[in-house]
Amino acid sequence: MGILEWATSPLGQRVPIHIAWFLIWVALIAGLVFLIVHAIYVRYFAKHKEFASEASPAEVLNLPARIPRHSLAARLFHWIMAAAMFVLLFTAFLPKVGVQFNWVTYHWIAGTVLTISILFHIVHSIFYMDFWSIWPDRSDLEDAGKRIRRFMGMSTTRPGKFAKYPLENKLYHGVVMLTGLAVIITGVCMMFRVRTIFFPRNPYLFSDMTWGMMYVLHGLAGVGLITLTIVHVYFAIRPEKLPITASMIVGSLSREFFLKEHDPRRWVVKGLSDRKDLAHGD
Amino acid sequence: MAVIRDVMPAFQLYQPSSAADAQKLLEQNGQDALVLAGGLDSMDWLKDRIKKPKVVVDLGGVEGLKGIQETGDGIEIGAMTTLTDIAENPVIRQKYNLLARAAELVASPQIRNQGTIGGNVSQDTRCWYYRAGWPCYRAGGNVCYADTPVGRNREHAILHAERCVAVNPSDTAPALIALDAKFVLATPKGNQTIDAEDYFLGPDIDITRMNILRPGWLLTSIQVPLTWARADFYFEKVRDRNVWDFPLMNVASAMKSSGNTIQEVRIAVNAVAARPLRLKKVEDSVRGKPRNAATGEAAGKLAVEGAEPLQFNAYKIPLMRNLVKRAIGGVEEAAWAS
Repeated sequence: MGILEWATSPLGQRVPIHIAWFLIWVALIAGLVFLIVHAIYVRYFAKHKEFASEASPAEVLNLPARIPRHSLAARLFHWIMAAAMFVLLFTAFLPKVGVQFNWVTYHWIAGTVLTISILFHIVHSIFYMDFWSIWPDRSDLEDAGKRIRRFMGMSTTRPGKFAKYPLENKLYHGVVMLTGLAVIITGVCMMFRVRTIFFPRNPYLFSDMTWGMMYVLHGLAGVGLITLTIVHVYFAIRPEKLPITASMIVGSLSREFFLKEHDPRRWVVKGLSDRKDLAHGD
Repeated sequence: MAVIRDVMPAFQLYQPSSAADAQKLLEQNGQDALVLAGGLDSMDWLKDRIKKPKVVVDLGGVEGLKGIQETGDGIEIGAMTTLTDIAENPVIRQKYNLLARAAELVASPQIRNQGTIGGNVSQDTRCWYYRAGWPCYRAGGNVCYADTPVGRNREHAILHAERCVAVNPSDTAPALIALDAKFVLATPKGNQTIDAEDYFLGPDIDITRMNILRPGWLLTSIQVPLTWARADFYFEKVRDRNVWDFPLMNVASAMKSSGNTIQEVRIAVNAVAARPLRLKKVEDSVRGKPRNAATGEAAGKLAVEGAEPLQFNAYKIPLMRNLVKRAIGGVEEAAWAS
C-alpha cells in the first residue's frame, strides 16, 4: 500500500495522480495522538515555567492595562483565513470519506478567498506589521536550548521570556506558511483543470507528470493541514492559552498575562516605542 | 489500456439463486465484486481488461428478480426482467406505453433479449476515453480527456458538466423518471425505496459513479405507480444509426391534459448530462398552458438555458430544444428549427 496512487497516461507513462486517501486518516490520527500526548505531558510531566528575569517596576509602570496584540485588520485576516481553511478541508476530504455533495465549486471559491486573504496578509505583514516578530531569532533558539536542557534535568540558566510570539508559534507559523503556499500555488494551477470564472480550461498547461506531482503536493499539503489545524485548535482552547485566543477576538492581552509570559524589552508595546532603553533590550 | 481483447481476467464467479444471497455476496466482497445482469456492459469491461474484479456475481439465476407483476398501486418490474419482456408486456403497453416504447428502442432485438431493465438503468457511460482505460476523473484520475479543445466530445454533455463531461446512455431511465417510478434497493441495512431521479448521480456529487449503488447494494425491482397510467406519453430517441445505437439524446414525457390545457406533466431527457435530467422548470412553466406550438417553443428554450456546448457537440442544444418542444407541444404542432 503506497502513499501515492499511480496511473498509466495515454502515452504509456506511469504517472502519479494523487495521494492515497488513507493518508486522511493518518493525518487525523496524528493530530489526535499529538493532542492526547501533549495533554498528558502538560498534566503530569511538564515543569512550571520559569523565566530568567522579571520586568522592572519602571517597565510595568509604563504598560497600559490592555496590551494591544492584533490589529483589526490582522484579526479579520485570521478569521477569514480560518473560515476558508475549514471550508477547504471539509469540501476536500468529506467526499473522500463518503459524504457526497457538490464540493468542487465551494472548494475553489474558498480557495480563492484563502488566496486573496494570504496575499493581503503578505502585503500587510511586510508594510504595516512588525514583519520580523514572527520569525525565530537568536534569543529564541538559545532559550529553546535552555528549556530542553532543563527538561532533561541538565543544569542551565533560566530561559528568557518570549517576545511577541513564543518560538512554538513562530515554528508553527513557518510550517503553516510553507504548507499553505504549497496548497495555494498548486491549487491555483489546478483551477485550470476545472470550470471557474477566472481562467479558460487548459489541462495541457503542464505535462501529465507535472500535473501528477502537483496533485500529489496539493494532497500531501492538504492532509498536512488536517493535522496542523487540529493542533492549532487544540492550543487555541487550552486553558493556559485562552488569553491568546481571546486576543485574536478582542485584539489585546491583559497586562498581567503579558508580564507573565512576555519580555517588554523583546516585545515593545505600541506607545512605548520611544523608550529606547526598553526597545533595545538593554 | 485496452490492448487485450476477448481474454477476460480470472475472477471467482458466483451464481446465487436468490436476491438475498446475491446481496450478501456483494456485501461480503465489497469493492472487489462486479454485478453481472445481462452482461452487455460488463463483458466489455472484462474483455477489455479495464475492470478486473476478483468476484463476479451473476444474477442470471435469480428468478425472483425477473418478471412483471401488477400490484395494488401499479406494477413492479424485477430488475432482471429483459427489455424485450418489458416492451412486449401487455399491461405495460396498455398503461405505461412510454416505458414500452423506450425499451423497444434500446439497441437491437438480440440485445433487448439479453439486456435487463436493471442493467439498462445502471450501465456505465460510453465515453470512449473512460472506457479505453485512460486515467480520467471518472476512472479516479485528475483530468477529463473529452473536455479539451481537441477532445472528441460530439456525444458528451451540454448540461451539468462538472469536470467530467460523460453522459448517461440509458433509454429507459428518462421514461421511468417521467412515470415517477421508484427503485427498490437491497442494502446491508435492509431495503430502500427511492425515486427514480434520485437513483442517478452527477459528477458534482460523485465523479466515479453514475448511480447511488454502493458496494454491497443491489437494485432488485422498479415500481411504477398508477399515477401516470394511460397518460399522454411521448418518447423520442435520436441516434446516429437507427438500426441500433446509444442515444445522442432522448426525451420522455407523461402528460395529463384537460381539453387542450396541460394539467400535469413530467418530462426528462437523457444523454445531455451524466445523469438523466428531469426538467422541473419546464414542467412548472407549461402547467396550465395550452398544448400547442407556442408552449412547446417556450418550453424548448427554457430547457436549454444554461447549456454549455463543448467543441463538437453544439448541435445538442437545438436538438434538445426541439425534442422538448415536440414532447410538450406535440409532433403535429412542432416544426423543426435549427
